[in-house]
Amino acid sequence: MKVAVLVTCINDTMFPDTGKAVFRLLRRLGVDADFPEAQTCCGQPMVNTGYLDEAVPVVRAFTDAFAGYDYIVTPSGSCAGSARHQHSLVARRAGEPRLAETGPKVYELSEFLVDVLGVTDVDAYFPHRVTYHPTCHSLRMLGVGDKPLQLLRAVRGLDLVELPAAEECCGFGGTFAVKNADTSTAMGADKARHVRDTGAEVLVAGDNSCLLHIGGLLSRERSGVRVLHLADVLASTEEDA
Amino acid sequence: MPAFPAAARAALADSQLRRNLAHATGTIRAKRAAVVAEVDEWEELRLAGAAIKDNTLRHLDEHLLTLEAALQERGATVHWARDAAQACEIVAGIAKNHHVDEVVKVKSMATQEIGLNEALAEQGITAWETDLAELIVQLGDDLPSHILVPAIHRNRAEIREVFRRRMAAAGRPAPDDLTDEPAELAGAARLHLREKFLRAKMAVSGANFAVADTGTLVVVESEGNGRMCLTLPEVLVSVVGIEKVVPTWFDLDVFLQLLPRSSTGERMNPYTSTWSGITPGDGPQEMHVVLLDNGRTRALADSVGRQALRCIRCSACLNVCPVYERTGGHAYGSVYPGPIGAILNPLLKGVGVDEQTDSLPYASSLCGACFEACPVRIDIPEVLVHLRSQVVDAHRGGAPKPEAVAMKSAAWVLSDARRLTFAERGMGAAGKALNRFGRAVLPGGRRAVRRLPWPASLWTGARDLPAPPAESFRAWWRRTGRR
Repeated sequence: MKVAVLVTCINDTMFPDTGKAVFRLLRRLGVDADFPEAQTCCGQPMVNTGYLDEAVPVVRAFTDAFAGYDYIVTPSGSCAGSARHQHSLVARRAGEPRLAETGPKVYELSEFLVDVLGVTDVDAYFPHRVTYHPTCHSLRMLGVGDKPLQLLRAVRGLDLVELPAAEECCGFGGTFAVKNADTSTAMGADKARHVRDTGAEVLVAGDNSCLLHIGGLLSRERSGVRVLHLADVLASTEEDA
Repeated sequence: MPAFPAAARAALADSQLRRNLAHATGTIRAKRAAVVAEVDEWEELRLAGAAIKDNTLRHLDEHLLTLEAALQERGATVHWARDAAQACEIVAGIAKNHHVDEVVKVKSMATQEIGLNEALAEQGITAWETDLAELIVQLGDDLPSHILVPAIHRNRAEIREVFRRRMAAAGRPAPDDLTDEPAELAGAARLHLREKFLRAKMAVSGANFAVADTGTLVVVESEGNGRMCLTLPEVLVSVVGIEKVVPTWFDLDVFLQLLPRSSTGERMNPYTSTWSGITPGDGPQEMHVVLLDNGRTRALADSVGRQALRCIRCSACLNVCPVYERTGGHAYGSVYPGPIGAILNPLLKGVGVDEQTDSLPYASSLCGACFEACPVRIDIPEVLVHLRSQVVDAHRGGAPKPEAVAMKSAAWVLSDARRLTFAERGMGAAGKALNRFGRAVLPGGRRAVRRLPWPASLWTGARDLPAPPAESFRAWWRRTGRR
């Protein structure tokens, strides 16, 4: 089984710890995964903003970087969704059918752990009160269901509390966050309020992009709530605590 | 109308509006979820609804001709209208032939889309809305803000004020002791409207469905005002979008299950009225049907966008949309607000024509709640992205906008790992400086930025931004020699 990790551009540049956590976790589970260094981005920022021509060279770089792997694992429901559902659009635009071929091999982290590896207990330890936000693309585009929750429930020491209106969008939405900044902020403020209502110390999600937005609001409100990617929690062990 | 972001800003500042909307959409969302959960084969019904509509749209020309022939056979007059102006002219012409200066109306999206009331007013003909919410909007000189609940943005205290101030000028005045009890408000409207039903010689309606093989129009409603309009006046004119046609009565079965549960959260709607031509001595003795295009064939020509013509105007997408819930319907600048409006308006009008229409495909975070709720499975997020690409393509060639420059640069960096590595080194240097001097600290210890100049201020206006890490993931990977 040849496995590669799609770290994603946002994790690579802004959240390198999440990328490291994915490798630590996979290694602990006996998976020797690669980081193809030619990887950059899934192309979603361009596709979702309507710049299909601009997305073509990005998706081409993606396809070249990940050719030859059986599984591509990524700590992002959004990027997995984009690769699976949007690369075909770009392939059609470019008239290059091969650009649609790698997308179906991309798995969001919780899907890979539960569906491919068949594990829900990854032997993690994280003694904190945690609430979980199911990001829209994980929830609706991929349909990961309760897989992230199955994984979190098996973490030792973790106290999982339910997030009110969990399935409602946080308002990040990629370039929506700046093109419609006021609406985005209004949605995020409600999400942040629900997070605070839980009394959790940590908000966990499967997309650092959404957490960048919600965390930015929580920080501005000086709420004291920390945001953390699912991978960072699952990679934690007793030595880290 | 200003573009969506500006219109939304005004709506977001109105805290009463946001409270009204959150309450109303929350209530209807819960009702819908409960009645949809009762139906085991809901997903199959959705698939059937989508398939019937798609098949009908594929042979729309034939079904429309069948409908026309069936209607004519039963004594109705059929008119074809290419656009709004033509449709309004036809309706006004019929009114003038009968020398009427007022008509009663059944709530209809098609007539609002073409601005019929305003067009009739210009010809000296007053059109009275008889749906309660439409009456509130009309009396208040307001605009509808929801497809199904046009006055959703108003609470009952505001409605009492509208009735007390404006009813007298339009007919029977509101009682002096009117309170804001819903039953009293409805009672006042009932007495006010009854006069108009009994007086009117002509009615105007739309149709929820038009059955081709029998030449039958169908209106579903909750208040009975529709049935009054459809049965009492001597002349009935129905303005019907050409996408409303279904081939047979069997097809109606599916939609009469999908529509009420999706729209009002009811198992079935209280009134279903169907009419096929003239019956001597019973009901209207003259019947006209105006088949309206107004951009529908343009939408039909769009291979991705044509699925929007499946829409049965249930408004389930509005009620689940987090953007609509906060901005309300007026921000969309059209009688079709919310997610469906964000795709339908550009499809009907065409993109690249005006800034307001071009802003609509971007009025979404692409969360996908609308697709999940849509009873005829319109993949609204897919159409939104498709229309965004049309907007971008329509503006290629001219002077590039800052956004286009940013996207082109990002694509250039992101299409080659060496360029990305170089860009990350620059960010790392900025990150190091911020780590030394940045004032804000995120929970967990990371430094953050509180204020940045435009355009980054669009982010930092309300949100802190973590400082970039000193070392990117790929730099760490290389340095530690993981391979």
